[in-house]
Amino acid sequence: MSDYNFAYLDEPTKRMIRRAILKGLAIPGYQVPFASREMPMPYGWGTGGVQVTAATLTPSDTLKVIDQGADDTTNAVSIRRFFQRVAGVATTERTAEATVIQTRHRVPETPLSADQILVYQVPIPEPLRFLEPSEVETRKMHALEEYGLMHVKLYEDIARHGEIATSYAYPVQVAGRYVMDPSPIPKFDNPKLESPAIQLFGAGREQRIYALPPYTRAASLDFEDHPFDPSRADHPCALCGATDSYLDEVIVDDEGGRMFVCSDTDYCAGRRAAGHRGTEVAA
Amino acid sequence: MSDGKSLQGFSQGLCKGLGRPGPLLSVEGVTKRYGARIGCAEVSFDLWPGEVMGIVGESGSGKTTLLRCLSGHLSPDEGRVLYDIDGQPTDTLTLTEAERRRLMRTDWAFVHQNPRDGLRMGVSAGGNVGERLMGTGARHYGRIRAAALDWLDRVEIAADRIDDRPSAFSGGMQQRLQIARNLVTGPRLVFMDEPTGGLDVSVQARLLDLLRGLVREMGLSAVIVTHDLAVVRLLADRLMVMQGGHVVEQGLTDQVLDDPQHAYTQLLVSSVLQA
Ligand SMILES: Nc1ncnc2c1ncn2[C@@H]1O[C@H](COP(=O)(O)OP(=O)(O)OP(=O)(O)O)[C@@H](O)[C@H]1O
Ligand SMILES: [Mg+2]
Repeated sequence: MSDYNFAYLDEPTKRMIRRAILKGLAIPGYQVPFASREMPMPYGWGTGGVQVTAATLTPSDTLKVIDQGADDTTNAVSIRRFFQRVAGVATTERTAEATVIQTRHRVPETPLSADQILVYQVPIPEPLRFLEPSEVETRKMHALEEYGLMHVKLYEDIARHGEIATSYAYPVQVAGRYVMDPSPIPKFDNPKLESPAIQLFGAGREQRIYALPPYTRAASLDFEDHPFDPSRADHPCALCGATDSYLDEVIVDDEGGRMFVCSDTDYCAGRRAAGHRGTEVAA
Repeated sequence: MSDGKSLQGFSQGLCKGLGRPGPLLSVEGVTKRYGARIGCAEVSFDLWPGEVMGIVGESGSGKTTLLRCLSGHLSPDEGRVLYDIDGQPTDTLTLTEAERRRLMRTDWAFVHQNPRDGLRMGVSAGGNVGERLMGTGARHYGRIRAAALDWLDRVEIAADRIDDRPSAFSGGMQQRLQIARNLVTGPRLVFMDEPTGGLDVSVQARLLDLLRGLVREMGLSAVIVTHDLAVVRLLADRLMVMQGGHVVEQGLTDQVLDDPQHAYTQLLVSSVLQA
């Protein structure tokens, strides 16, 4: 512990990142460039999120780390251990007990509160990248609020699939201004982006930080005749019976047997502890 | 040339007298240099609503440079380009970038010689036509698609190609798609740089027919760069002949082609007749 500065990064670096975070909060949805540091883990393992978490943590914080909704995947476990080691902070798997939550791919099912910070690991921060490869041009499009291209992408979806088939990283317009990629969360989670918690997004390789202040409007883009639909698999969770959670399909045996279970392991465990049962457990 | 000018002055006076709007585009002494080399020099003309101006000249004579100065893609070193915005002649260089880009995707259109420069090759034909609509706030999928279908029909592309990408189209179809994509917002002014270049002769003829129909039907004003005199004969009301960056002759198209005054124009006309 004493071998590291608190939370691994040196103080000037944390200050630089905090400035980027504050700027991001001041201009919701705007991608703030920052000087991303080498972290003791490869890109693609959440280096952007880890730097934002490091700059956000205080010694009295309680940290939760999730990957695809689960606390026990390799990625989540190694990031949690990393901060236990370099910051000595308390950790938890309970959403309600955490003050800082770093996430990849999900927003927790348990509603967040005003004293929590949700940090997203972001691989590709630029929502316009799909159709416009030039960085100079995408910056200009953001600056001039030229977002027609986002709807071209949705148009192509409907033309090809009969509906908006984009189901992850579904773009939102923040506070009526910047169009933002909410990292690869399922569109099911988009309505949760309007939250009492502070939400911070860190992209390490692309060196960008952006933010959603509490209670900021985040409107999922759509057409009048094809409104946004945060669709969900039409099953209850096989373990806890929840009908309001995002489900993962898991293969349970060699004969191709499948079941749908909550992707948020803490939410599912909490419901089961409270006595809720799904079909699988009741049988 | 003097005849053309006096005629222009006459129509100008007439319009003023009737309290009608002035020219759509006024070009005043536009000069663009590339270092020591001249791109185009001291070009002036007025383009009136519904009028088509042809620009001809040999390779390197400054046609593209001039067109790019007029359409806001290049800023001239000297001179002004005034465009009529709500009855006000407005210096396009004083517009903010946001205003200029908005003009470019609403009131103006630019048809490139190479359709690849003017199309999104990774987007379906319908998406290509719909982009300008979505870029100006259209948010109803059904109506965007209906407009795309209507425009594909107008440029003679079969409805069942709407979801195909332009890469699956022939050169002539790509060029017609580019035209549809540009005209869908009902622009007032179209810039075209060699719109029929690189196409087979029979395909060129069909495209020209189509363009002529659209220009008449929509009352478009246009500036068309070409080195094909057949194109200007068919499309242009007036003609400017360029050589070495300078306009050496301008006037009514038939007048210039039938009775060329400048030695270079005479050469140009006779070489075409011989070919
Ligand atoms: N980007 C540039 N840098 C330097 N010189 C240029 C540039 N673009 C054009 N020029 C020069 O400016 C002059 C006019 O070129 P321009 O492309 O306008 O001619 P053009 O009439 O369109 O020719 P073409 O019929 O071959 O398309 C030429 O001498 C050309 O070499
Ligand atoms: Mg040219």
